[in-house]
Amino acid sequence: MYVLSAIASLATLGLVLGWLLAIAAKYLKVESNPIVEELEALMPGSQCGQCGFPGCRPAAQAIANGEAPITVCPPGGSALAEQFAALLGVSIDLSNFEEPEFLIAKVSEDTCTGCTRCFKVCPTDAIVGAAKQIHAVVADACTGCQKCIAVCPTECLQMHKPEVTLRNWRWQKPLPEPVGAPA
Amino acid sequence: MISLMQSFRIRGGVHPDPRKTATTDLSISSDFPLPKKLYIPLQQHVGKPAEPVVRVGDYVYKGQLLAHSQGMISAPVHAPSSGIISDIADYPAPHPSALPIRTVFMETDGKDVWQLLKPPTDPFGLSAEEISLRVGAAGVVGMGGATFPAAVKLNLGRKNKISTLLINGGECEPYLTCDDRLMQESADGIIDGIRIMLHGMETPQAIVGIEDNKPAAFRAMKKAAADFRQIEVRQVPTHYPMGWDRQLIRYLTGKEVPADGRATDVGVLMHNVATAYAIHKAIRHNRPLVDRVVTIAGGAAGSPGNIWVPIGTLISELLDFCRVDRPRMARLVMGGPMMGDALPIAELPVVKATSGILALTQDEITRGSEQACIRCARCISACPAGLLPVDMANRIRSNQLESAVDIGLKDCISCGSCSYVCPSNIPLVHYFKYAAGELAARQQAQHKSEQTKKLIEERNKRIERIEKQKAEEAARELAAKVAKYSADQAEQVL
Ligand code: SF4
Ligand code: SF4
Ligand code: SF4
Ligand code: SF4
Repeated sequence: MYVLSAIASLATLGLVLGWLLAIAAKYLKVESNPIVEELEALMPGSQCGQCGFPGCRPAAQAIANGEAPITVCPPGGSALAEQFAALLGVSIDLSNFEEPEFLIAKVSEDTCTGCTRCFKVCPTDAIVGAAKQIHAVVADACTGCQKCIAVCPTECLQMHKPEVTLRNWRWQKPLPEPVGAPA
Repeated sequence: MISLMQSFRIRGGVHPDPRKTATTDLSISSDFPLPKKLYIPLQQHVGKPAEPVVRVGDYVYKGQLLAHSQGMISAPVHAPSSGIISDIADYPAPHPSALPIRTVFMETDGKDVWQLLKPPTDPFGLSAEEISLRVGAAGVVGMGGATFPAAVKLNLGRKNKISTLLINGGECEPYLTCDDRLMQESADGIIDGIRIMLHGMETPQAIVGIEDNKPAAFRAMKKAAADFRQIEVRQVPTHYPMGWDRQLIRYLTGKEVPADGRATDVGVLMHNVATAYAIHKAIRHNRPLVDRVVTIAGGAAGSPGNIWVPIGTLISELLDFCRVDRPRMARLVMGGPMMGDALPIAELPVVKATSGILALTQDEITRGSEQACIRCARCISACPAGLLPVDMANRIRSNQLESAVDIGLKDCISCGSCSYVCPSNIPLVHYFKYAAGELAARQQAQHKSEQTKKLIEERNKRIERIEKQKAEEAARELAAKVAKYSADQAEQVL
């Protein structure tokens, strides 16, 4: 008897709650803006917060509302700004744009205790290692979000310039022309 | 009449001072003393680096395989002399950055003994596939500077049913005379190499194009080819960049390679004369590519000339041999002055691509200071690719790379003709090189960002899965508790 009543009451509870959820979903649904979707799709998606927003979507929302400039995302750099400009049909002058310096995390092996905290926060799984073992950062996967820096108890994680190799070496931009040159 | 026809067939380009007289009449020297140490980079070609098959401490004979090719597009490297492998480690590459590259270090024993060589082979008894295989195994790459593995190109020719093989004897860059001398001295070997290539590509005919400022080379090649009806030797006007495949194809065959196509689309493939000679040595004499002719020239060179140099020789040793006045050397260039690379130091090895080493004095490199663009459009008429250098540079200057691509940036071959003619000394080609690198970096960044998204998704899925597992476990535990409790209750009731 007890069993039956327990089952019945739990089932009713479940049904009622489910129905409430359905209603909530219907009435509280946020209309998604297609422009925001498109902007977000272009963004790096690491939710790193370097833009000052809690993640890529809020940043995209802010651009769509005109509350943030299209150069808002530091990891995206001028390449992303140019894509945004094309998408939004605006023209931008990037001649004075300073490309943000891209840094990646590096574990110094002397002080890493293998606590796994960095490993747990890294949004891209760029940190490899197991408990009580020295961790290392896979340079190709690190986005430079610095989340790991914040949680490391021994400050053994530091941001470094990525190593220049023959593969990623590039010609520098020529120095600007003398003053008075027509644009 | 001829000049009218020529002007139709040649687009853009410039006439830089050839500066070849210092070396064009000197025969190729074989007197260069064998260096005590050789530095052989594992990547001297387009494609994947070679993988070492020798170990530190091994004794190797000249021509012995040091590293085998990896993957479809790659090339092996061979020991340029006999001696001991002293290390396999990073060493600065002959590149404007002098960044390190994996390199085999060799201490030569001075004996220069070849490995056991097979007796000369009759190439025409071999199948076409076998020719490609052997050319590949000998480590032959494009010797004009492109360093594309020659065997891959032969296969490409066979697959695409190429109708004409073009041989570039243009050597349009100033100062360089290594191809000129090779044609004068080893025309028979080059022609033999061309015949072997035709056989390997199953192609009926070849045309050799030689600039009309090399009459001796032209005569020698014409004579060597006299018995072979399938090989035609022709003179082409002296014009930079005549060695660009599209330019030479247009001039010699009248065919226009489509803008987004390749030479093979019009049934043509181009190889360099020095590549033909390397193939002759590889197939006829079973000798892998271990040395090459290098032109050492420039105002600071006391005794300029062409020299047979083992791959891996330090450029600094060549400079000493040619009595280069180091204090007067304002710039060291590998390749020609138009498209070559300035090197920051001289302790870098000669590689398969090293056609020239130029020790240039201040007088030879001084251009006036940069001025504002006067919109004279000279850069536009000089561009062999029909581009608008001035507009592209302006767009790049204001960081609008995509819009520079829209007006043809990707078709730029970095020939430097535009910079050469610009009266305002604007470093146009530098902008294009910068932009090309930046675009490549962006593509990598794009790829990385896609990768990042994937990684994040995977991580989120994993976290979700773990959460779900935990929740399920909790639910199961709860259910078990409830069931147990109910059972207990029921027991009590009964
Ligand atoms: S800075 Fe860029 S990647 Fe980071 S959260 Fe903001 S939009 Fe996303
Ligand atoms: S900075 Fe740290 S947390 Fe951020 S992606 Fe790189 S390794 Fe991961
Ligand atoms: S460097 Fe590029 S833009 Fe300049 S002339 Fe050559 S192909 Fe044209
Ligand atoms: S050649 Fe030089 S000055 Fe003349 S239009 Fe081109 S960039 Fe301007």
